[in-house]
Amino acid sequence: MNELLTMQNITIFVLAIFVGYHVVWNVTPALHTPLMSVTNAISGIVIVGAMLQTVTIDGETLNLTSILGTIAVFLSAINIFGGFMVTRRMLEMFKKKDKHIPEQSK
Amino acid sequence: MIAVNANLTSSAYLISAVLFIFSLKGLASPTSARLGNTLGMAGMVLAILTTLFVGHHLIYSLVGFAILSGAIVGVLAAKRVPMTKMPELVALMHSFVGLSAVLIAIAAVYNTAETHTAVQRIELFIGAFIGAITFTASIIAFGKLSGKFSSKPIVFNHQHLLNLVIALLLLGFGIVYYIQDSQFAFLIMCALALVLGITLIIPIGGADMPVVISMLNSYSGWAAAGIGFTLNNSVLIIAGACVGSSGAILSYIMCKAMNRHILSVMLGGFGGDSAIDTAANSAQKAVKSGSADDVAFLMTNADSVIIVPGYGLAVSRAQHALQELTSKLISKGVHVKYAIHPVAGRMPGHMNVLLAEADVPYEQVVEMEDINNEFGHTDVVFVIGANDVVNPAAKKPGTAIYGMPILEAYKAKTIIVNKRSMAAGYAGLDNELFYLDKTMMVFGDAKHVIEDILKAM
Repeated sequence: MNELLTMQNITIFVLAIFVGYHVVWNVTPALHTPLMSVTNAISGIVIVGAMLQTVTIDGETLNLTSILGTIAVFLSAINIFGGFMVTRRMLEMFKKKDKHIPEQSK
Repeated sequence: MIAVNANLTSSAYLISAVLFIFSLKGLASPTSARLGNTLGMAGMVLAILTTLFVGHHLIYSLVGFAILSGAIVGVLAAKRVPMTKMPELVALMHSFVGLSAVLIAIAAVYNTAETHTAVQRIELFIGAFIGAITFTASIIAFGKLSGKFSSKPIVFNHQHLLNLVIALLLLGFGIVYYIQDSQFAFLIMCALALVLGITLIIPIGGADMPVVISMLNSYSGWAAAGIGFTLNNSVLIIAGACVGSSGAILSYIMCKAMNRHILSVMLGGFGGDSAIDTAANSAQKAVKSGSADDVAFLMTNADSVIIVPGYGLAVSRAQHALQELTSKLISKGVHVKYAIHPVAGRMPGHMNVLLAEADVPYEQVVEMEDINNEFGHTDVVFVIGANDVVNPAAKKPGTAIYGMPILEAYKAKTIIVNKRSMAAGYAGLDNELFYLDKTMMVFGDAKHVIEDILKAM
């Protein structure tokens, strides 16, 4: 059962690498920095793992696991909020420039 | 009941993973980028809410408190950081992902309510050591980028041997942990990985940072995926793998733009050795130096001007002054464009963000491949704080940067180079461009020089 689960995970993992590869391959160089900050925010998904360790053990609230978990939730929350916000800020700057372009493409 | 819940949970996580993929897809083009960012946020909110609903024995007060305080810190940082500091911010955030991954792994190892199967122990080991390396390596990268540490490569004898020994020890303790499920061995393993993160990154110099920072971006994704394996959580695996391959692609693009192999970047020490004979050579050659007035005269009388920005622009925060200069030139009927080399600056896309901040219109900013054939019929090229990316030595076999694609500034009718001093560039190579008859050097801080030019116009 467990090995089956691991195999499934590996399958998901390998397929996701290919998806990531194809999705990101054509990013325009001008957007490389926003791409990095948004992937930064997305890797903040470890918050899910961190939350799942912020747990009571045998009814005890404060234990090493929950303390480490809380710190990890805090750090990944910084990443998530900081990452998405700074990406938005950068993209706003790119947007301002769009207005200068005469509407030829539409 | 539980089965329904499990299906519902998996579906929610799946939707959130798909949202992340669309988010990355959106970032591919300027028109869809903002939507992409929003989709990413939606995916994250969904993943967090789902976890809140399905987690057993979660301590909601602590989780809520941690998210809220993280949100405040994150939002404040994102609002306040100047665009010139983006590379540092990104490096710092990579370190957070790394540290979180380590903490989660240690928390899981010390979680007495969980037992870990052999496979899960391997997964915890992988997640923790990638996380630990990401953490310390990013901290060092942050220090180098923000100038807190010297950005020079630090090399010493048997450096690679030392790294190998640490890596083997790390693996050894990992195996002890695997066999004996020993918490102590796991901690030692994490500590060794933290050290390895430092020793791996110190030999890499400042201008290789675009590669390093993309690579750490990639590592932070793999660390997240590693944690996902331990938790059997598909959204972590998918998001982590996508981020991992995104970072890997960026590293590849950066390496290609420097014509260097990723291994040679990682082994580091580039640019340290050849600096001495360069200094001796350059002492004998004379450069023509000019004043801001000369530049103002040359530029206002030109038909076309191409500006080549480099790291020096970021250092002196001259992007706004530069934008003022270009709009003045344009108002005088001069055609102005910016030429961007893929590795200009300290992170991928660094120059584009700086220019965007200064409201430089999109169509004025041109990538290397598209502008290189324009230099030949351009009157004035203005190089600001860039060196290796315009060094014609890249065309000569046998030089350290041979084969690196460059901006062909040397083809222009007149070249103006602004630098702080005659010091060699990162590659430690002399730049022939500076000694050409048609080249004029203007020494000084980029911002001051540009402001002086503006005054002289």
